[in-house]
Parts: sequence; C-alpha cells; structure tokens
Amino acid sequence: MLSITEVKKTFNPGSVNERLALAGVSLNLKAGDVVTVIGGNGAGKSTLLNMVAGVYPVDEGKIAIEGQAVEHLPEHARASFIGRVFQDPMKGTAASMTIEENLAMAIRRGQTRKLRRGIRSKDRNFFCEQLSLLGLGLENRLTTRVGLLSGGQRQALTLLMATLVPPKLLLLDEHTAALDPGTAEKVLELTKKIVKKHNLTTLMVTHNMEDALNIGNRTVMMHEGRVILNLKGEQRKNTRIPDLLEMFKKASGKAMANDRMLLAN
Amino acid sequence: MTTSIWLGVLEQGLLWGIMVLGVYITFRVLNFPDLTVDGGFTLGAAISARMIFEGYDPWIATAVALVSGAIAGICTGFLNTKLRIAPLLAGILMNIALYSINLRVMGSKAMLSLLRMDNIYTDVTNVGIPAGLAVVTLGLGTTILITYLLYTFLQTEIGMALRATGDNEQMIRSLGVNTNSTKIMGLSIGNALVALSGALVAQYQSYSDVGMGIGMIVVGLASVIVGEVVFGKRTLLRALVAVVIGSIIYRAVIAVVMQLGLPTTDLKLFTALLVILAMSSPLIKEKFSGQSGKAKGSVDNAVDNRS
Repeated sequence: MLSITEVKKTFNPGSVNERLALAGVSLNLKAGDVVTVIGGNGAGKSTLLNMVAGVYPVDEGKIAIEGQAVEHLPEHARASFIGRVFQDPMKGTAASMTIEENLAMAIRRGQTRKLRRGIRSKDRNFFCEQLSLLGLGLENRLTTRVGLLSGGQRQALTLLMATLVPPKLLLLDEHTAALDPGTAEKVLELTKKIVKKHNLTTLMVTHNMEDALNIGNRTVMMHEGRVILNLKGEQRKNTRIPDLLEMFKKASGKAMANDRMLLAN
Repeated sequence: MTTSIWLGVLEQGLLWGIMVLGVYITFRVLNFPDLTVDGGFTLGAAISARMIFEGYDPWIATAVALVSGAIAGICTGFLNTKLRIAPLLAGILMNIALYSINLRVMGSKAMLSLLRMDNIYTDVTNVGIPAGLAVVTLGLGTTILITYLLYTFLQTEIGMALRATGDNEQMIRSLGVNTNSTKIMGLSIGNALVALSGALVAQYQSYSDVGMGIGMIVVGLASVIVGEVVFGKRTLLRALVAVVIGSIIYRAVIAVVMQLGLPTTDLKLFTALLVILAMSSPLIKEKFSGQSGKAKGSVDNAVDNRS
C-alpha cells in the first residue's frame, strides 16, 4: 500500500544549520495497517510524515502509494491519496470560514476545483450526518466560523475533513498532543472509530507510549533519522512500556531522552 | 457643504471603491500585502488614456486597462510563487517596473490630457442619462456588478480555495489545491480591479498622470479598514459592501478636511495618519480601557497572525 524505500533528507545542506533529518528510512505498510510511530525529539517522525505528504522533496529514495511512485509529485497532487491531521489544531482548518465551507473544501480533496457553487444542498445533509457522528453538536452550527470553535472541536473537525472522502492513507502527526487530556482522549476515540469504519491505512505519530502500543497493529520506533525498531504481531502484544524503554536504550545506546514521552505515562 | 460636493464624494467613493475592492481581494482575502496597486492603478489610467487619445473606443480602452492590470498581477504572482521573492518585495519590484512602463504607455509624458474627448461617461449621457448623473450611474452600476460577481465567485469551489489560501495555506494545500495558482489568480483579479478603477478615474478627471497611483495602497487600506470598522465584516457580503462604503466614507472625510482649508498636498499625510490611527485602534482601546490582552482587537490579531 505505502512503500517508503531508503528515503533520505538533509535540511539546509552546506550551511551551519545543516541537519540530517532522515538517514535512509524504509517502511512498508499493507492496506489496513495502522502503524504508530514513536521516538525522541528530532528523531525524524514528523519529517517522515511530511516527506510522505510531499511538504518537502526527498533528497534520495522512493515513496510509492499503491504501487504508484509519488516522490516527484508536489504536495497538492498527492492530496487525492492522503488525508492529514496536524499537531496544531489551528493548522487543519480555515478559521475565517464556516464549518460547512471547510467541509465543502474537504469533500473536493484531490479534485480539480471548478467555477461552480462550493456548497450544494445535498452536501449540507451529508455534512450534518457526518458531523453528528462526532457527537459534539457541530451539526447545528454549520454556518459558525471555525475560529470560534475550541481546539478540540477544531481537531475533531480536521479529522472529519481528512476522512470525509476516505483517503488511501491517513497521516496523523501527534494530532492529540496540543489538546488537554480529556479532549485528547475523545479525539483519539474518534480517530479509532473513523479508522476502523473506513479500514484506513494509517501512519500515526504519537508521544504517548501507551497509545503507541495499544492503537493499531504495528509500532515503529525512530531515532536520529532511522527506524530502529519495528514491532508487530505477538512480539508487540507482549511488549509493555518498560520493555519499550529498554528496547530504545539497546537500539540507540541512550536512554529515552524525551521528558514529554515519559511524563505522558 | 453643497450638494455638488456630496455628489463628488459619492462619485469618487464609487470609482475608487473598485480599486478598494481589488485591495480587499489581495490584502484581506489572499492576505498578501500587494504593493503592485500603486503602479497598477496608474497603468489602468495610462492605457485607457493613451488609447482614447489615439482614438480607440473608450469602452475597449477600459477593457484593455482591466486586462493589463490582470497581467501586472500575474507578474507579481509569478515573482512571488515561482521566483520565491517575498510578497512585499515582489509588489515593490512590479511597482517600480510599472513606473517606467506607464511613462512609455503615455508616450514619455508625465501627463496626458483627455479634455473634450469622448469617454465612457459621455457615452452614457448619449443614452439619455443626465450629464450630471452619468458618473454616479456608471460608478454605481459597475460597483454593484463587481460586488455581486465577487460575492458569487468567492462562494464557488475556486473562490473558496482562494479564501482558504489567504486563511490557511498549508490546510488547503493538504486538500489538493495548488496555492501558487490561487495566489496568482487572486493577484490578477485584485489588480484587474485596481487598473479598471484607474481607467474609470482617468476618464472621470479627464487626464492621466504618472504619479496618480502613488499611495493608492494606503488609500485602499484606509478605506478597507474604515469600512470594516463602520459597517462590520461578519458575513462575506457584508465585508464586500463594507469595502465600498469605506471608500465613500474615506472620500467624505477627505472632502470635509479640504473644506476646512487643508491644502491638497497634505492629503497623503492625512491618509497615512488615518491608517495609523485605524490600525493602532485595538491597542489604543486596550490602553484606555485598562484591560490587558483581552480586548477584542487583540483576539482578532491573534487569529490573524496565526500562520
């Protein structure tokens, strides 16, 4: 489904700010795989997602979605395959536009936009129906500007927008990290529900080790731009958080130096 | 003040209002501080004046002016998106380039007079509209038409993509929109309106002057802000109408100030002060009401500065 082969990326090459972000990452996802990605700060988790989404061009390596090479495609051209939710709840929606306008833009993801009415009445019914699944009462606020919603509501809306047209691949970049614990849990529940409903192939970056082991069917650990651990099946089932920390130490030669990850448990 | 002065205010407010609508598209909708406006306004005036001077039909001259503005906008967009020049600089570069181009268009003259030549307003009087009301009629008709077209366009799929580009570029790109294209499109629409306004104004005052666009972006901003403050921007239609109303209010304020005896040469200083006052009003309000950080303006700004 998604195949990432030896992808390398260096930011600001040749300058004092040169930084190796990905040192040759390979990862293969089968259709329906839900893979959580963990790792310390600067491990390259977000960069990996951004490379798949096409935010930056790859230096070396290949990325293919359903066998189609996409590494040469610009970000907007990959949108027909990919749905994304960002860490920052402000990033996934247009604040000055209404809920229905945001959804109307999402329903045309990956299509050529035309000079026709952006919102039609049959769209509205569909939006209401989908919004009611979120259980946040947003279905009664179609014409509310998104800027007036809370971070959690916006993130739930972004999640809905990313999956309104089920994408081939869903990329979640620590999408609950900026929310308060209660809201984060709610959004995570929604995520599980939606992923299950559409059987979405998902790549989810998280800083929460518990989520990393409990959500999905695979866990990938990254360090300094490489995949250092690839857990699945029985082995994953038997792994507990302390084991994960131990594995990290073994594979990287360092203790897990990320307070946020430890504090989250 | 006499009726004729108020009629003048209305005329100017409407004709320059089309320019303000253009500034609204680039500055507010696209969130692109586009300084092409100064040169683009003169470009529209210069092209229409030269063509009318050469004996072309004034309607065709006006249409060509509109297209020329669109092309200027596309150039600025190209500088910004393809050559990755910062928005402000891209606009300034186009503006300075247009200065020379405008002089060439006007045959290396700083001024081109259209006195006693037919223009679109004299054409309108030919169909029976009284000469005194020709400008208002045509100005009002054009402004309503453009406002309606923009209102409709901004609700289409493409129009919404344009708005989203100004609001949250990353988000709309992740939904499959090429934001380079939407930026170029927005700049071309905005500057087309600016040049159209220039053409209408040149025919209104019966001359084109190479310096007539100087400070136009500030006038545009002043009008947009005044309109938003006075009329509000809660809905799209309201925001668009506010822009035109802002333009008329701006002209009214100018007329009053001139009646008080201020020389015309001080107008630009006055306009700058007006914009400074309007833009700093949230801060001033905050200081005087004694609240810190919770004033409405600061919330607006927090949202505006999000990206």
